[in-house]
Amino acid sequence: MKQKNMFMAAAVLLIAAFIAGAFFYKNQKAEQAAQLAAQNQVALVRPDAPSFGDPDAPVHIVEFFDPACGTCREFYPLVKALMDANPGKIRMSMRYAPFHPGSDTVVKALEAARKQGQFKQALEALFVAQNGWVKNHTAQADLIWPYLDPLGLDMVRLKNDMNSPEIATMITRDLADAKTMNVTMTPEFFVNGKPLPSFGFEQLKALVDEALAKATTK
Amino acid sequence: MTEDKDARWMLVFGAWLVAACATLGALFMGEVMGFTPCVLCWYQRIFMFPLVFVLAAGLFPFDTKVFRYALPLGLVGLLVAGFHLLLVAGVVPEAMTPCRQGLPCATVQVEWFGFVTIPLLSFFAFLVVNALLLTAYFKTSK
Repeated sequence: MKQKNMFMAAAVLLIAAFIAGAFFYKNQKAEQAAQLAAQNQVALVRPDAPSFGDPDAPVHIVEFFDPACGTCREFYPLVKALMDANPGKIRMSMRYAPFHPGSDTVVKALEAARKQGQFKQALEALFVAQNGWVKNHTAQADLIWPYLDPLGLDMVRLKNDMNSPEIATMITRDLADAKTMNVTMTPEFFVNGKPLPSFGFEQLKALVDEALAKATTK
Repeated sequence: MTEDKDARWMLVFGAWLVAACATLGALFMGEVMGFTPCVLCWYQRIFMFPLVFVLAAGLFPFDTKVFRYALPLGLVGLLVAGFHLLLVAGVVPEAMTPCRQGLPCATVQVEWFGFVTIPLLSFFAFLVVNALLLTAYFKTSK
């Protein structure tokens, strides 16, 4: 009996220590991330990043994303619905974090499409068709063309633009900014410079609602 | 007689405690802190995690033969952990190891107090588990 009690006490103690430790660690990390974001606003908000919505909107969401990332694809319509529900109140900037192998080439295509004013269309087309060109977590850039075709882009110009050093520099800078912001997974959202306390759409919505409430009381 | 059995039970309980701490510690570093375990770390996990259950099952009711099931796990785990230590120390060249892809096993992710690394913790945990089990084993055969 004594032995059983000892064993149970030890087991409960260990598990409690684990949960308390995890809780403490996550809190500490979230605080650090918030501080990091507050200190690095320059790396977070770049004026040349593609963005949707009113540039003067009171709430600014910055998303680090990878076109080959499945969760980014799933979040895209959710964030869009959030913006539609609050017309003129939310602006969204997209930052590139092509972590998947081969994804940087797809980002180049997106930027080249942006030069023809078709960033949003190209992004949506590629998200919808993601399973068609991402195989085994690897972006296969040569498979994206059929999905971009219906957009009526000047493909010769697009492929030329993809090689421009300007775009390569932008991707390098975005990746460096992601590193500065300690973004290691995609998507990562910042709302008016604040990181999510923990990952999830509910958390994002809560942060956006908070920022909206702040904006209306001002 | 029962006193001796109690003493052995305590030794096995101690081994279980160490294995449970090591398991939760590994899970904490992997799942909470977000470290990616390298290939050798996975092998050490394979030998450490089941010890928690094998030893716990051997404690209630106390099975004096629990060593027969626990020691193979503990000893092989110790060998892997020892190999990992040699690798981090640079005694074994990285190219000889099965870790060419993904995270190299010689990468040191944590260094507490200047010398405590994750492989060292693992090695130490396996060492203590084996020492306790062997002590209990030799008490039995006497």
